[in-house]
Amino acid sequence: MPSDLLLVLPLLLPLYGALLCLAFWQREQWQTILAGVFQVAWLVAGVLLLRRVLHLEVVSTQIGNWPAPFGITLAADVLSALILVTAGVIGLAVYLFSLQGLDITRRRFGYYPLLLLLQMGVSGVCLTGDLFNLYVWFELLLICCFALLSLGGTKGQLEGTFKYVTINFLASGLLLTGIGTMYSLYGSLNLAELALLVRQPEHPNLPLLSMVSVFFLTGFGIKAAIFPLFFWLPASYHTPPVAISAFIAGLLTKVGIYTLIRLFTLLFISDLGFMLPLMVVLAALTMLIGVVGAAAQTDFKKILSFHIISQIGYMLMGLAIYTPLALAGSVFFIVHNILVKTNLFLISGIVAQRYRTSSLKRLGGVYLQQPMLSVLFILSALSLAGTPPSSGFWGKLMLARAGLEAGQYVLVGVSLFVSIITLFSMTKIWNEVFWKPRPVSIRKGSLVTPVNPLRLWQLYLPVTMLLGVILLIGVYARPLVRLSERAAERLLHIEPYTNTVLPKKAAN
Amino acid sequence: METLLPLMVGTLFAVGLYFILHRHLFKVILGLILFGLATNLFLFVIGGLTRGGSAIISGEHEVAVEPYADPVPQALLLTAIVIGFGIQAFSIVLIRRVYMTFKSNNVDDLNKENEHH
Repeated sequence: MPSDLLLVLPLLLPLYGALLCLAFWQREQWQTILAGVFQVAWLVAGVLLLRRVLHLEVVSTQIGNWPAPFGITLAADVLSALILVTAGVIGLAVYLFSLQGLDITRRRFGYYPLLLLLQMGVSGVCLTGDLFNLYVWFELLLICCFALLSLGGTKGQLEGTFKYVTINFLASGLLLTGIGTMYSLYGSLNLAELALLVRQPEHPNLPLLSMVSVFFLTGFGIKAAIFPLFFWLPASYHTPPVAISAFIAGLLTKVGIYTLIRLFTLLFISDLGFMLPLMVVLAALTMLIGVVGAAAQTDFKKILSFHIISQIGYMLMGLAIYTPLALAGSVFFIVHNILVKTNLFLISGIVAQRYRTSSLKRLGGVYLQQPMLSVLFILSALSLAGTPPSSGFWGKLMLARAGLEAGQYVLVGVSLFVSIITLFSMTKIWNEVFWKPRPVSIRKGSLVTPVNPLRLWQLYLPVTMLLGVILLIGVYARPLVRLSERAAERLLHIEPYTNTVLPKKAAN
Repeated sequence: METLLPLMVGTLFAVGLYFILHRHLFKVILGLILFGLATNLFLFVIGGLTRGGSAIISGEHEVAVEPYADPVPQALLLTAIVIGFGIQAFSIVLIRRVYMTFKSNNVDDLNKENEHH
């Protein structure tokens, strides 16, 4: 298959899937089948792209065949393909979960097309080679996200979506301002060409470039929920049903971090002396605040939401240390965290569906009733906390080693401390939800929804599948570590990227 | 114009942000719209204000005749307007829905509702 097609497929498949689903609006069963087919196809397209990228390092294509700085460029390297494959895995898992885990009304009112369009946005952000298109894809992704968050229109959801829309609108405004300034500085928006222009020896307007980088740090910082811009996240992510929030919570903040990593290795490299120490501080505070916030919560989903923030800190830590090993650690951690976070959200969804609450005070005794679920939870939770030999451990090991090598002792200390608190937080969930006996007052009311075993297995299937992947990464970490190292190397040595996108300039 | 427009951009940003921070739901909508306008106008101004011909290359020339306005910021602006319009339309519908569900115009009431749960 030609590389051009491989690059376009992750965009086209979800689009066609969504359109076909819309064509069968009245027939929910058809929509379900179609969505399933396209979820699998999206994952396969991602895997094929990853295989090609491993072979060729960087692939790129020009939509409409206009030559590079003028046309619409799509480009992929190991990092973007890796994120796509991970997104494909959790897309499939969330789809499988939604078959039993989402009410029929929401599924009838456009859940599947919205999910597919959201995935198209994710592909676009990962594959685009143009700064303005990056913004456009992000907006596409966000508007689907708005619609999904408010789908169903309960009070909590409306409140959460309102906050989410407002803060994201602001963030998009900042990004657009940054993009405009970037264009006025260099007269180009193509990432590869900008990367060359930024690296020219006599650089005019350096302060202005630093200002632009702060625009981007703030804009994507809001989207990635970095300290002190994270307040919207715990206010909105726990509100929708889990089949919606698992995908959004698992993926979207990481896409923000992905973009930050991409831009700060490709474009904003001239003022790293100022930006990196700033990021070190931000990363440490993000980790700390997230985990401290989680300790204060008594709601299953809210605890998980706060942990998203603290995990974002680790990913930012890799970028802040800025060595090949640190960036590789970041990449590894992103992949690990997308999988684990989605899985924990799905588990919280199974619990919440059965007991109709996610408040720790009202839950209890799940261990006796659903031992299988308890095992699934404890393994995922240990992975999140990073006990060896789980996937989280390897990510943290890489980051900590890189930090020690770079002399960032305080940051490493904070990250290890936060790991312990994360473990504490997960133990809290384990004690309250699974281990302690069910509160007597609740037991009398007996709100347990009866479930037939087949339905339950359909809910367990995606969780087990994800856990399988997580455990595999944990016990057999070598391939993913290799991949992350290759991705990091590509980030720091951009010549293959610019040469592939702009072959003419390379020839001159 | 070169001095007037930046001032206008700044004012629009300030007013938009002020309204977004307001408690009243309708003013939040106004704020979102004004903030969107501010970014759009910023894009337009920062591309450089050029009076003169369009960037269309006529038959007898190889390249466009100077002076011409840079078409790229205009294209960006158009895209940004369309995207902004979509998001504003969505947020207006959303805020109407919030108003109808909570029977209140005040953002603070949204949080109160949540604490009762």
